[in-house]
Amino acid sequence: MTALAAILVRDMRIAVRVGGGALMGVLFFLVVAAMVPFAVGPDLALLKRIGPAILWLAALLASLLALDRLFAADHEDGSLDLILMGHAPLELVVAVKGVAHWLTTGLPLVVAAPIIGLFLNLDAPAEAALALTLLAGTPALTFIGLIGAAIAVTLRRGGLLLAVLVLPLTVPVLIFGVAAANAAVSGPVPFGTPFTILCALTLASLVVGPFAAAAALRQEME
Amino acid sequence: MRLTASNLACRRGGRDVFADVSFSNGSGEILAIRGRNGAGKSSLLRMVVGLVRIAHGRLALEGGDPELTIGEQAHYLGHQDAFKPSLSVRENLQFWAEFLGGGAADLREPLAAVGLDPLADLPAAYLSAGQRRRLSIARLIAVKRPIWLLDEPVNALDAAAQESLTAFMRAHLAGGGLILAATHGPIRLPPVREVWLDQAPSPQAAGEEP
Repeated sequence: MTALAAILVRDMRIAVRVGGGALMGVLFFLVVAAMVPFAVGPDLALLKRIGPAILWLAALLASLLALDRLFAADHEDGSLDLILMGHAPLELVVAVKGVAHWLTTGLPLVVAAPIIGLFLNLDAPAEAALALTLLAGTPALTFIGLIGAAIAVTLRRGGLLLAVLVLPLTVPVLIFGVAAANAAVSGPVPFGTPFTILCALTLASLVVGPFAAAAALRQEME
Repeated sequence: MRLTASNLACRRGGRDVFADVSFSNGSGEILAIRGRNGAGKSSLLRMVVGLVRIAHGRLALEGGDPELTIGEQAHYLGHQDAFKPSLSVRENLQFWAEFLGGGAADLREPLAAVGLDPLADLPAAYLSAGQRRRLSIARLIAVKRPIWLLDEPVNALDAAAQESLTAFMRAHLAGGGLILAATHGPIRLPPVREVWLDQAPSPQAAGEEP
């Protein structure tokens, strides 16, 4: 357990220090989402209708932003070699790195979403529902992204490949995340139906992501 | 504890790097791995810890912990030092001590042993190549593991640090550890046994080995 706690503490420390990716993700999210009202124009009804979709798309891109360095940095400086020589199973190490990544890039998005909601003419219940869908859905984005980050670990410019690999896999999360948020804003579907499917997608990715990523890492290290 | 390799072969990128390498190294013994550049010295060390697939042959450890792989009982001092530039010297060492397990609770001692205790709070980004190497060596001292695999261990080290590394290696061997070292230079720790990954040079040529 101390080994896994050590990974969590180290990754979070690196993320919040100079050159870490923690603030970049949330700033990117704020900038992208804030640009939309300028592009679409001051049509309040339209903004309200597309608001959840915009926020979800921005969250998706923001959570991919720092992901390509997640394993690549450890690979380049030799940390990954030593991690493979530790007693902790690689699957758990990968999962803990995913948790650290979500705490430093996913969670800030959830906190920042209501601020951006104001730009998009969302009222209080809609903002709460949207934040809730992001809270339930962003872990799935991180843990699906782990797989892409592991596959792209040895590539110099892995970021682009990562986006191409990961974005299609996140389509179900996007669909049900936006559907749940829209259901809370305008109906007529009850909020619970898409939201439970979103939670199920997250739970599945929490299980599948670490195993797939660890298998990819082992393959890449050969 | 005895590490035995029989007829090891390595294939990387579709190329045969070496074949038919056999050696046996027991507690308190040091084995020097020799060969020209590209002969596969680093690949052999990485193969021992399980980071490179064994294409052919067998690798066995007698007298170790049967629950653990060889890699989990070994330290690998490679070309990369695995330190994060934004973390301080102490934080870097503390992470590896906790992650690798069984680390010393007090890190001042290993840091002092390599002469880095005055720099403990400095971010690792500001360390020189030699100081980074010293920090890697502090990792070997902070976490006790019986097998040391050293890849060009004296690279970037000054004379004093080379002296103290030799002293650490002697203490490790005296404590029942075993060492595999890939190096071109001499090892001042008799008796050293050697394994050559390519043709061993004739006695005349051996003196010219850089």
